[in-house]
Amino acid sequence: MTVNAPANPNPPAAAPKGGASSRTRSERKLAWMLCAPAVIAMLLVTAYPIAYAFILSLQDIDIRFPDEGGFVGLSNYVSVLTSELWWTDIFNTVFLMVISVAIELVLGMAIALVMHRAIFGRGVVRTAVLIPYGIITVVAAFAWQFAFAPDSGFVNNLPLISDEMDWFGGRFSSFAVIIMAEVWKTTPFMALLLLAGLVTIDSQLYEAARVDGASAWQRFTRITLPLMKPAILVALLFRTLDAFRVFDTIFVMTRGAQDTESVSILGYNQLISRLNLGLGSAVSVLIFICVFLIAFLFVKGFGAKLDEGRPGG
Amino acid sequence: MKSSWSTRVLVCLAAAALAATGLAACGGSSDSSGSRELTFFVAIQPGGSIEEVSKRCSKESNGKYTITPEFLPTDATQQREQLVRRLGAEDPSIDIIGMDVIWTGEFANAGWVEEWTGAEKKAVTEKVFPNVIETASFEKKLYAAPFNTNTQLLWYRKDLVKQPPKTWDEMIEQAEGLKEAGTIQVQANRYEGFMVWANALIESAGTPILSSPETVELKQGPTEKALGVMGRLARSSAAPSNLSTSDEDTARLGFEAGESAFMTNYTFAYASAQAEAPEIGKEMGFARFPRVDASKPSKPPLGGFNLAVSAFSDNQDVAFEATACLAGKESQKTAVELDGLPPSRSDLYTDKAVTKAYPGFAQLVKESIEAAGPRPTAPAYQDVSSALQRTLHPPDKIDGEDTESIYDELKSNLEAAVKREGLL
Repeated sequence: MTVNAPANPNPPAAAPKGGASSRTRSERKLAWMLCAPAVIAMLLVTAYPIAYAFILSLQDIDIRFPDEGGFVGLSNYVSVLTSELWWTDIFNTVFLMVISVAIELVLGMAIALVMHRAIFGRGVVRTAVLIPYGIITVVAAFAWQFAFAPDSGFVNNLPLISDEMDWFGGRFSSFAVIIMAEVWKTTPFMALLLLAGLVTIDSQLYEAARVDGASAWQRFTRITLPLMKPAILVALLFRTLDAFRVFDTIFVMTRGAQDTESVSILGYNQLISRLNLGLGSAVSVLIFICVFLIAFLFVKGFGAKLDEGRPGG
Repeated sequence: MKSSWSTRVLVCLAAAALAATGLAACGGSSDSSGSRELTFFVAIQPGGSIEEVSKRCSKESNGKYTITPEFLPTDATQQREQLVRRLGAEDPSIDIIGMDVIWTGEFANAGWVEEWTGAEKKAVTEKVFPNVIETASFEKKLYAAPFNTNTQLLWYRKDLVKQPPKTWDEMIEQAEGLKEAGTIQVQANRYEGFMVWANALIESAGTPILSSPETVELKQGPTEKALGVMGRLARSSAAPSNLSTSDEDTARLGFEAGESAFMTNYTFAYASAQAEAPEIGKEMGFARFPRVDASKPSKPPLGGFNLAVSAFSDNQDVAFEATACLAGKESQKTAVELDGLPPSRSDLYTDKAVTKAYPGFAQLVKESIEAAGPRPTAPAYQDVSSALQRTLHPPDKIDGEDTESIYDELKSNLEAAVKREGLL
């Protein structure tokens, strides 16, 4: 650790608590007024549905049985949390999340370095890398599903792969295809966030390290990684939250069969398929709590700072 | 100034399009003396029979109403999800609903569809197979006009199989003994088709799944026999490699590709094979859905659509008349001519339209429908179906020789499902 990341690059932003001048106060008031439309919009589109979902989750409410039901307290939560299915789906979701985000981080870093160093055709390289991210997830999932389909796909015609392989007929082969599709689709996003962190590193640091005789690997581990920590954490946070809510790819490929169901599909099944709004809302609220915990862990535990590591941040 | 010229053209086109739709909308809704607009939500049929019957009935009404079909996806699960979301929100834009036979209990119990009574009821049930009327009824009341029905036959290769098997066990044995095409195509992905297959086997073994909407029947002996068939097939060499992801279409494709000597599938499979794989098609034999218990006649699956009038429609007065026409005799003939859908009226099975669509097997289809074992009717049908699919899928997890533990699991899961308890 010869090279340390500079101390918090952000100057202390918080204004002194007591004795703020009248100018500071009026500036703060203006700031609140400027923020108000956004805050109100956020409350309307996020706080209201969340509160409504919470209220629904405390009731036995099923659209198919309009005359039945009522307030049941926390019993929907008890049914969800004591269900084996919930824990299987949590395992599936976390498994998919960890594996896909880990692969995306490594690949994304490599791609970010390539995009950063590209000497010629920089625009072309960056555009080409971003194409998968521009494709709608459902479309991408269908493309991968068709590729791996035993009757029409090309994958089973490749050497070393059995013609008879039914990829979506087994749990881990399904997971493998789902992870590949997810990684293919979202690595560009990871790479873009990492690239934003990469460009903020002062090139003089590399020159100084080179003069001191540091190898390429040493320059990467001792300069790039420590200085990119904020960008990496933000990228990981975004992708982890996204990956935890994985839905489209699994829905298209297996619809949750072969034990590949994620918690989002579980929520969908209760809400949209069974129309059991009580149970479904309980699942949704629990997913929300999980997402909240992940964000909390990243921000408080690892010290991810959301105002850093992004262009202009 | 080329760009600004093309922009102007685009703007003009957009304005014209807006004006046209605006005018059409005005003409459609505000004209109370003229034709009433009826929207018909129904699963898409590739042969165009829905468009055809909508057009004919609109014309025959002499300007009383115009029926516009709105198409739903081909997959039954997705059709239902789109419909229930609208009906749950009391959407008045749906007038007529193409209702899968298994939704009747749910839609009727929720108050989404109107009851049929009196002369209209009599007209739309005339000459219809009694068990098809059953699928359109809930608690002894009729909620829809039967349109088409459907059933599965056993399709086999005449060049490979001399005598079609009577039972599933015979069929597995015959398939295992074949040098080529030694597989059996069924529908065993985790979707409604799996429920169709499982229900037909359990019914054929001699027990219904439910005896009433909230009571699980599922007698142990017969159910274990049916589960044994599923497990033995799934674990034998007669199972195609994609068994646990197979549906009607993969089954048809596998059979047409010459990979399988046997297939259980709906009647569309025959016309498809004649068109897509004539070499296989000319060797295609047909027989009744195989038995589970050699001593009991099989109870083949029963599918199809019944047409219901939405409880939220503003045009119910004319919608019943329109629905009766859409589901009527002429329309059923159109459906079998263009899409090969079996009519729900038993008197049509000697009609030329049917005998032409089912060369040589029109009577077999009729007999199969009469003997069919429909899936249970229950307001919580979706829960029952999901619970069964989750418990038995993939079928190779069933040990064909020891089915007691899976039987216990199935029974307790279904008992929770009829009460709508727990996650599914």
